[in-house]
Amino acid sequence: MIKIGVPSKGRLMEQTFDWFGQRGLTMRRTGAEREYSGAVEGMAGVELVLLAASEVPRELEAGRIDLGVTGTDLVREELADWATVVEEVAHLGFGRADLIIAVPSVWVDVDTLDDLDAAAAAFRAAHGFRLRIATKYHRLVRDFLTENGVADYQLVDSLGATEGTVKNGTAEAIADITSSGETLRANHLKILSDGLILQSQAVLFRAKGSRADLGPLLAKLGL
Amino acid sequence: MTPKATIRAEGERLLAAFIAAGAVPVEADILQPAETLLDLYGEDIRARAYVTRDPLRGEMMLRPDFTVPVVQAHMAHGADPARYAYLGEVFRKQDRQSARASEYLQVGFEVFDRAAPEAADAEVFALIQGMLADLALRPATGDIGILMAAVRGLDTTPQRRAALLRHIWRPKRFRALLDRFSGRAPVPAARADLLERLAKGSLQSLIAEAGSFVGIRSAAEIAARAEALLQDAEAKPISAPEAALLYDLLTLEAPAAAALAHLRGITPLLPAIAPAVDRFATRLEALAAKGVEVATLPFAASHGRTSLEYYDGFVFSFHAADASLPPVASGGRYDALTAVLGAGASIPAVGGVIRPGLVARLRGQA
Repeated sequence: MIKIGVPSKGRLMEQTFDWFGQRGLTMRRTGAEREYSGAVEGMAGVELVLLAASEVPRELEAGRIDLGVTGTDLVREELADWATVVEEVAHLGFGRADLIIAVPSVWVDVDTLDDLDAAAAAFRAAHGFRLRIATKYHRLVRDFLTENGVADYQLVDSLGATEGTVKNGTAEAIADITSSGETLRANHLKILSDGLILQSQAVLFRAKGSRADLGPLLAKLGL
Repeated sequence: MTPKATIRAEGERLLAAFIAAGAVPVEADILQPAETLLDLYGEDIRARAYVTRDPLRGEMMLRPDFTVPVVQAHMAHGADPARYAYLGEVFRKQDRQSARASEYLQVGFEVFDRAAPEAADAEVFALIQGMLADLALRPATGDIGILMAAVRGLDTTPQRRAALLRHIWRPKRFRALLDRFSGRAPVPAARADLLERLAKGSLQSLIAEAGSFVGIRSAAEIAARAEALLQDAEAKPISAPEAALLYDLLTLEAPAAAALAHLRGITPLLPAIAPAVDRFATRLEALAAKGVEVATLPFAASHGRTSLEYYDGFVFSFHAADASLPPVASGGRYDALTAVLGAGASIPAVGGVIRPGLVARLRGQA
């Protein structure tokens, strides 16, 4: 039995179903509307596992699914040394979003990471604590800022409505996923010109620990 | 795998050697308040240390090293001078699949002594070298104090000197700043745009045009930074000869005695490093007096310049032939750390740690 983990709701689920459907593997949800169960038609021995996109990386790592669809951002954030744990089988071309760093638009003196670093040093001296960046992507943001030599900041955890944290006074800057930038503008934030951390999209991943014979399935998918 | 009992026994032997050298044994809590460590090391420490939340004491960390608690205890109620030794587990998260341990024993020796810092440097280095003499380890040494002195002596604005000093442990950032301050790298386009906009409009109108004001960083703070940027744009570049000397210093690698001769040679051109070079010379004499071969002792001016470090003078490490192993021993001088943790007081301090697990493993192979 081959288990494929797929996002359980929303546009990501629909686009994933479409992608597999176009390749002759029909996926659909079954049972009551709120019940997370699904079925696959078009090939025997394939089971659909509906999961939150954020759970897919851990399930791949644990070996409870053989294949899984989720965003590049989630895999790199959730899995240490991700490339040793999973393999990218196909980029699916949807679910595109950029992980970026944004600051208030009124910071007319800050346009780059270099500026952010200098502003952080002055901020710490003036306020007695390190400049707060709200995010849920701790690993990715910290690695990026370390690589770029930004100091005197702290990450504060934000699981939702991250763009609102600056207005609410719980952070000075944010690092979050954006596709159009509209929410950022609505919250009076601007993206740093060199503040692109990662370009994410939906990817079909294979668990490297999987022993399932994926050959026939991948052939059917044209991979 | 070396059995744990063997590693602990090795640790006890090394601890006994430190005590025989005059150290008082000390203990430290495994659970340390996270705030002190975060303030010292910044967010990077979160990637390395195990952080946990205590319902009463807030955020805590599993001890990533002994230096901070030992310095704190000394600054609170230590004798002066003092020598301490300790043995215990430290915890470091590993982000890569590797053989590196995330929990291991560390045995260490710290000297707090105002009298003769260079003699204390030599004492710690020679003691550890002697204890590990049978393992044929490769030593590496450096002196961050020389680089810091060179930066403090640069003929440039105080802001530029401060920016370079702030990033002295981040070689890539330091290099980028130096390239820019010396005119080797052009002003980035984004910065040129920014300067143009700042120079044209009044700052108040620029901020007003930028949209609704959000966040606690005030308009005054934004104005102060903008003003600093405009001033910095007027500053003349660090002169080419001075910059060349600094690049030379960053890449200086030679046996210690030859490095001293080289530094003596450039001191007339960079007079600010004279006291630091004198200290280096005094240290080499002290090392030679302890029987260390300074004619062959490897020295690199940039050794030890990685983040998460707090060394501001002499630095050293000892390495096994297998380059995939972490250093068997390492240490250095951290005078500034005692000032940060000392609430006004400070004392010259130098110390070093050994990994008994690696020592036991190498001795087991011999």
